[in-house]
Amino acid sequence: MTATADAPVIATPATPRGSSHFRRQRRLRTLRKVVLGLAGIAGFLATWQLLPTLGVVNPAYFPTATDTIAQLSALSRDLEFWRNVGRTLTSWALGLLIATVLAVVLGTIIGLVPFLRRATHTTVEFLRPIPSVALIPLAILMFGYQLQAALLIIVFASFWQVFIQVLYGVADVDAVARDTARSYGLSRGAQIRSVVFPTALPYLMTGLRLAATVALILAITAEMFMSVPGLGRAIMIARESGQWTTVYALVIVTGVLGLLVNIGFRAIERRSLAWHQSVRGEEVL
Amino acid sequence: MPESRSAAKPLLTVEHLRKVYESSTGNVEAIGDISFQMNAGELVCIVGPSGCGKTTLLKCIAGLLRPTSGVVELEGKRVTGPPPNMALVFQEYGRSLYPWLTVRGNVDLPLKHKKLSRAERDRLIDDALVAVGLDHAAKSYPWQLSGGMQQRVAIARAVAYEPEVLIMDEPFAAVDAQTRADLEDLVRTLHRERGMSILFVTHDIDESVYLGERVVVLSKSPTWVQEDLSIDLPAERDQLVTRALPRFTELRTHVYEQIQRAKRGEAVRPGVTAA
Amino acid sequence: MTLYTSTVVTPRKPSRVWAKIGENTAYALGLPIILLIIWGIWSSISPALFFPSPLVIAEAFVETWIGPAFVNDVLPSLARLGISIVLAVVLGIAAGTVIGLVRWLRELLEPIFEFFRAVPPPVLIPIVAVLVGANDTMKVVVMVTGAIWPVLLNTIEGVRSTDSVMTETAQSFAITRSERLRFLVLPAASPRIMTGVRQCLSIALILMVISEMFFSSSGLGYQIVFFQRNYLIAQMWSGIVLLGLIGVLLAVIFGFVERRVLRWYHGVKEVERA
Repeated sequence: MTATADAPVIATPATPRGSSHFRRQRRLRTLRKVVLGLAGIAGFLATWQLLPTLGVVNPAYFPTATDTIAQLSALSRDLEFWRNVGRTLTSWALGLLIATVLAVVLGTIIGLVPFLRRATHTTVEFLRPIPSVALIPLAILMFGYQLQAALLIIVFASFWQVFIQVLYGVADVDAVARDTARSYGLSRGAQIRSVVFPTALPYLMTGLRLAATVALILAITAEMFMSVPGLGRAIMIARESGQWTTVYALVIVTGVLGLLVNIGFRAIERRSLAWHQSVRGEEVL
Repeated sequence: MPESRSAAKPLLTVEHLRKVYESSTGNVEAIGDISFQMNAGELVCIVGPSGCGKTTLLKCIAGLLRPTSGVVELEGKRVTGPPPNMALVFQEYGRSLYPWLTVRGNVDLPLKHKKLSRAERDRLIDDALVAVGLDHAAKSYPWQLSGGMQQRVAIARAVAYEPEVLIMDEPFAAVDAQTRADLEDLVRTLHRERGMSILFVTHDIDESVYLGERVVVLSKSPTWVQEDLSIDLPAERDQLVTRALPRFTELRTHVYEQIQRAKRGEAVRPGVTAA
Repeated sequence: MTLYTSTVVTPRKPSRVWAKIGENTAYALGLPIILLIIWGIWSSISPALFFPSPLVIAEAFVETWIGPAFVNDVLPSLARLGISIVLAVVLGIAAGTVIGLVRWLRELLEPIFEFFRAVPPPVLIPIVAVLVGANDTMKVVVMVTGAIWPVLLNTIEGVRSTDSVMTETAQSFAITRSERLRFLVLPAASPRIMTGVRQCLSIALILMVISEMFFSSSGLGYQIVFFQRNYLIAQMWSGIVLLGLIGVLLAVIFGFVERRVLRWYHGVKEVERA
């Protein structure tokens, strides 16, 4: 309201002092935000350092921040560490890919046929909330301690994220847009290409972002408890041999990975959202 | 100016109001120098060309913005923040009404801290809803109602609050023409039956002449008061009859010409020598 | 909720009502029944070791869980889950509101919180287990520390992005700060907060299952792993089914709560899309 209807005409020519003052204010604000953020991180690290040093927590099981960071840099020089990162990312990517393909195919078919939507509704609503980790014992029985078992868990959870979003997206087609396409005599296929697909795309991107986070969590979980090689397994091995600095260092690594995945997919999602006004519900895990 | 002993002090005084915004591209002088007064029980309309800072002016009067210089006084007291005896009706009713409250809940909300008894509050709410013609919609939610009805809810909320001054910021701009006519008559009815002092900002010239007892014409940015016109139409106004009066046409033509001059920047600010 | 229109709505004829109910039930139960029948037939034709027929599973379900096991294993698990969820939601909303309203506090804490949220929650289990010990407290602590982040961060985000026109309306009516918090800020943030609560529920459930499966000697998760290790396939399946039912139950309860709390929000969206 304030900006559009009443935007005043600029009366005075841009006074250098005025504009640079504003720019300085804005830069100060960003600077303050960055400084405070870093201060928060620093405060956390300081607390972390103090707790074991002062003996508040048992230093044998809770190494200091400095020790952990030192171990982290030691790990970064270890080839096996990077191999583990690669393994985790591989199972993550593979599971995500399989889940996405399945979800897009099934979601599109079911989403476009109203009869199928109604018929599958209760089944979907019953299967969806099942925690993927509940299937771990089954997966172990079926495949043993192998990658396929992990993939079963990863795919089962990630599938629902993408599937639900694709369902929403396919159903969200604007009635006016569809009528326009029909009135211009577009074939069914052309309609799907030019109306359904662009409408569903942002939903798909959201689903991908949610699925990517879920897939990472479950990939690491599978490695931890199903003896699949990767970062999760490395954490459990370090724990069993009492190398707690390694454990905490690896935890930080997983957090960084999670951040990178989240930021990366958020950026992708935002790009595809640039033109779409969406009203979406977020479903996770 | 000699003050007669019977003349009451003005309700609202705006003196040499000036507001300058700093933006990334330069200084923007939204309001140059605005001075006017409003007496109790008056219906004053403010018109001006697009972009002349009407909303900025209202926000300064309502205490939502701090002016760069100048004074706003309500009942003799300087306005530094939103004064408790003032009520605002915004243009975007959709964003001003709270969607999680019913119509009744929305009207009730500002009354909660006024230290009234439950019975007293209910009376005020019922009274206000009847006055705007929405007593049957008390239990509905705002988003279930049409645009015109939502704006009525916002008006009812302001009326129930019993303010000294009611400020309305282009309230009917987003409403269709037929509804707008009804709402204009509603405003006039509220003004006459309750003696409410109303400050009404609009870009619709016909509306300003139809509604107001005075019309304040603002200039182009940097804004100042180009003219303060007295509307000598009869107090009883009707959409058909009044708008057909020759005097109405004269007045609206005059205001229209003023606005055109304002847009072209031809009007000269008193006390400032022409360039 | 119906739109406020001037058209007249006539009630449906009674015979049509029953036909409608029958149709809905058919759609609701049709596919599940068909799938179960297919599974049953398949397992009797070519029995797969790890996929017993549904009837066998149902039998095992009744045998295993209807009885002392329910009280000894299932109820405590559910109780821990419930307590953790309540703690996570209450603490998350309370802290999130404070942090969201105080700008410097938010700028100070948000980056580090975003990092905590990014750490996969199961990774924290061994750490908490060794610091707190492998007991009930550990399970609750694990669930709370893992599940609080979505609620906390979503509350912060929701609280700080209140619509400016709504805020100005409240200010112009001289509504006090505490009234603003109760009647404006929190209701306006509730859609955002509910999204966070939903995520919180799933994370809590995952953590409950894992912490019981691999770090405990009691509880529902432990029982399932026990069955698996001893090749009691049907019982293992019955446990998985039970977990699924719990998941569904959580989702249903959340659905009720959300529909109640966000009734206005769903109404607005419905009107916008019409």
